[in-house]
Amino acid sequence: MNAVIKRLGDQPWIWSFLAATAVWLMTIAFTGGQGAGEILTSALSFGTFTIIVGLGQMMVITTGPGNVDLSIPATMTLSGVIAMKVMDTDSANMLLGIVAALSASLVVGVANYILIRLLRIPPIIATLSSSFLVLSTAISYGRGIRIKPPVPLADFATVRYAGVPVVAVAVLGLSILLALVLKRTIYGRTVLAIGQNERAAWLAGLKVKSVRFATYLLSALFAGICGILQSGFSGGAALNMGDDFLLASIAVVVIGGTSVAGGKANVPGIWGAALFMYLLVTMLNIFGASPGVRLILTGVMIISVITLAGGEKTSR
Amino acid sequence: MSLEAIRLDGVEKSFGAVRALAGVDLVVSAGECLGLVGHNGAGKSTLMHVLTGTLSPDKGNLAVGGVSVSGEWSAAASQRAGIRCVFQELSLCPNLSVAENARIMHKPLSGFGWKKRASDLIRSKLDEIFPGHGIDPDDEIADLAIGKRQMAEIARAFTVMSDPLRLVILDEPTSSLDAVTAEQLLTYIGKETAKGTAVILISHLLGEILSASDRIVVMKDGKSVAERPASGFDRTSLVAAMGSEGHGAHAILASTQPSLATSPILVKAHPDGSSKGQELIVRKGEVIGLAGLAGHGQTRTLLQIFSHDHATVEAPKSFIAGDRQSDGVFNLWSIARNVTIRSLKSFTRFGLIDPVAEASMAEEWKSRMAIRTPDMDNNILTLSGGNQQKALFARALASDATVILMDDPMRGVDIGTKLEVYDMIRTEAANGRSFVWYTTEFDELAYCDRVYVFRNGKISDEINAGSISEERILQASFAESAA
Amino acid sequence: MINRRHLRAALPFLSLAIVLAATFYVQPRTMSYFGLNLMLQYAIPIALATIAQMFIITVNDLDLSIGPFVGLVGCISATLLLNDPVLGVLALIACIMAYGLVGALIHIRNLPSIVVTLGLSFVWLGIAVLILPSPGGKAPVWLKAIMSFQMPWVPLPIIAAILIGGIVHVALMTSSLGVIGRGAGGNPKALQRAGWSMLKTKVAMFTIAGFFGVLAGLSLLGLTTSADAHVADRYTLYSIAGVILGGGEFIGGRVSPMGAVVGALTLALAGAFLIFLKISPDWQIGAQGAILIIVLAMRALITSGEARR
Repeated sequence: MNAVIKRLGDQPWIWSFLAATAVWLMTIAFTGGQGAGEILTSALSFGTFTIIVGLGQMMVITTGPGNVDLSIPATMTLSGVIAMKVMDTDSANMLLGIVAALSASLVVGVANYILIRLLRIPPIIATLSSSFLVLSTAISYGRGIRIKPPVPLADFATVRYAGVPVVAVAVLGLSILLALVLKRTIYGRTVLAIGQNERAAWLAGLKVKSVRFATYLLSALFAGICGILQSGFSGGAALNMGDDFLLASIAVVVIGGTSVAGGKANVPGIWGAALFMYLLVTMLNIFGASPGVRLILTGVMIISVITLAGGEKTSR
Repeated sequence: MSLEAIRLDGVEKSFGAVRALAGVDLVVSAGECLGLVGHNGAGKSTLMHVLTGTLSPDKGNLAVGGVSVSGEWSAAASQRAGIRCVFQELSLCPNLSVAENARIMHKPLSGFGWKKRASDLIRSKLDEIFPGHGIDPDDEIADLAIGKRQMAEIARAFTVMSDPLRLVILDEPTSSLDAVTAEQLLTYIGKETAKGTAVILISHLLGEILSASDRIVVMKDGKSVAERPASGFDRTSLVAAMGSEGHGAHAILASTQPSLATSPILVKAHPDGSSKGQELIVRKGEVIGLAGLAGHGQTRTLLQIFSHDHATVEAPKSFIAGDRQSDGVFNLWSIARNVTIRSLKSFTRFGLIDPVAEASMAEEWKSRMAIRTPDMDNNILTLSGGNQQKALFARALASDATVILMDDPMRGVDIGTKLEVYDMIRTEAANGRSFVWYTTEFDELAYCDRVYVFRNGKISDEINAGSISEERILQASFAESAA
Repeated sequence: MINRRHLRAALPFLSLAIVLAATFYVQPRTMSYFGLNLMLQYAIPIALATIAQMFIITVNDLDLSIGPFVGLVGCISATLLLNDPVLGVLALIACIMAYGLVGALIHIRNLPSIVVTLGLSFVWLGIAVLILPSPGGKAPVWLKAIMSFQMPWVPLPIIAAILIGGIVHVALMTSSLGVIGRGAGGNPKALQRAGWSMLKTKVAMFTIAGFFGVLAGLSLLGLTTSADAHVADRYTLYSIAGVILGGGEFIGGRVSPMGAVVGALTLALAGAFLIFLKISPDWQIGAQGAILIIVLAMRALITSGEARR
């Protein structure tokens, strides 16, 4: 039994799940047990979208120190706007809208990679600059009446069975797929290798450039998927829909136990962290905390979690 | 000053279950050069870290200059007590100049005019140790070649300001120096010890140890196991004292195979980048040596071959790094994963890696390379340096590569590991694998079928196995190529 | 190679000159004392925030909270400092010390600064929102006076920028203590082995950053005359872009104080330039991204010409 506990304790993601549980317990203690299930369901409902972009961000961050995709919110917005406009509330256009939106997202991914590779711009700046351009594109293309999503899309994004949102199950499937890719495919191994030592990875015969390229495409693609689903969920694509997702995408990756230095990825942690963050906000709302207090506590929580977890243990 | 520079009594240090120092007794007298030899894992590194204050011993006493050090021992205290160390991994800040790096070592170099004082200090020491060095104190470290960096760091270690200089520890100081500067350093050691400074010289180049040391201490398994004046040792007895089989320097000659002249050509490279200069050719089953002064294009040529730059390569290739931290090892991974990373395709089915096949490859190579570890799933950094190097060899040999490029991979590795690996190389060559082997140790060229000597980025001589001699190599390293 | 190194160092100045020239071309009326003053007035707070970021980047960290911090300083100064100067000064000193504490925390626990400062940005914003839930407060009179001071011949922002860049250059690039700060970014292990305290160095650099952050907040308040918790949210990205445009690098302790200031000026100008170009507001943010890309592309072109070691 001790061995099991130790093994569990070594997993970085356990802390985010424990924290999420602790927050949930505190909340229902406050409400006297009322609405416990609804709180969980709603955390799953909202948290799912952060998880999608968190997965993409996780892959980018894992490819090595300094790699981060700051264009996720912009790509999300662009994708949502294009999807809504092309679909035009008609379910017959849904496939076309999805293809259009995801194609645009892939273009962003390609653009990011070109900036990083050809122009040798550090990823933070490259994705930042491209996000400005992408956002402008989204804003100018999306100006006008807010178009509603087709009914099937809205349903898919909002429907729940037995308190579990359908979209959460889909994202769970996506997460499991990604975890498998990381562990058991050459692509996944290469990502982890590049993150630890890019030069060694090249000298070991790994296809560093292609894998990097694929990872930025993946991140953009996931952001695009999130944009489409989020639009379905919120009844349309708002031009500021990506605002909260930048910090959130990085926060769930880190709080979930993925190493910011690269080379180590943690998929379950993304779930734990996303749930933790949404349960925290719910708890603060229920406690009636003012917006200022809510912001401070969110910040303190992020800092506390990362401080408790500590940074990477440096080798001797 | 006391007659004893440092004295260690019964010093012990453990890292978890690993006993790095198992009770070390050591005395270094003022004005003495002590040669320290031993396998990787013998405890030399740990001992040096204890002396320089970055590690504190679990048990035992340390006395500096006759005064016992108790309690307050730290890097700063060690500096103040006059102990300096030039580690294998250089301690220079690449973004700063040589003079600024000198400032970092000496706290008094502050206030108005500090830069001029720092420049003068380091320049005069460089002139003293390495005449003709060509280094400007304002040069940024990042702009200097590795050899010059090492020269700068060594010179800095010998600079004196307010703190007296009692002991300088040199850990593989000539690893990036060419023959001329290495000789300058060894000469300087004699001059410095004559002034009363003590020196500890750690080196795997037995020739250096024997010629430069006054006394030699052999370490094994965290203890000192032999100690004699340098004159009481020779190469054979030194290797014997370290506890592994000694082979004479030229015992193993290269080609015991039938002539390879008819083997198919696998690699054709033009190291000088043009299609006119001398070509480098590698045939199937050959062990090709790349010799010459360090940094004259050998590593660049290896990388050229690896990336097919001005080179035609007709076979899958693999690279074995010499600088394993920057070019080879994946720190977060297990030994097994480090070994299998080049061979993933061979056990991938329907896009998925087969974990059983992977584990069995790791086990197979653990025994073939005799990697000393209880479990291949342990983190790679639990291995000693020599065993890590073996893991990198396993990575290359386990792969489908038939051309193996080696970038001075035996640098700083203990003699026991080296001999095991040399055997492996000859065996693999006999089975049809080719090796392109850049080495800075003349002894290793004895294992090669042919040697290309490099000078200034070009091939200056091509020598066949029977004609390899130190004189010929040196001549080609310095003189114009033979017509 | 020396030529290319000089070209690289000159790039920030070249970019500034080009943007300046382009602005004059599009709107000749800006080529006056009044015009320059107006366009560049926000350059001072941006430059100060950029310098703050630069000190953090020097030690291989990144500060994602500088924007909200600048907003917080404004909120404190427009209320506390105005009404109770002693308490206000104490509060600002506490802010500076808080930065130092964060540096200590990051070092002691070996934390990724991106995450810690991310959380910190929420904290600063929350405190600011508590103090001023909606824009308000008033800038102290002396602050307004300083920021609207009319220097003869050359507009205040330009002089201030040169002064700031010059002082920091001397402090960081030529002083013996500056060597330690930069060495901490170049090779922290080596610094420790030489007996210097990484903890003290990090705390010092972070504290200095906090100090410049406070200056940025004060100067911004002096210009806007009333405070808003969200007024400087953009400053985080501006400051990072400014350091990079100025030739700094995220890792390795390589920064340029003058370059950072010039980078900040360029960004401030670019904003005005775009307004003059009558670019639709939808595209203004995109155009700033384009400028960043163009400048960095030029740098890449120059760098790729440098001989590889």
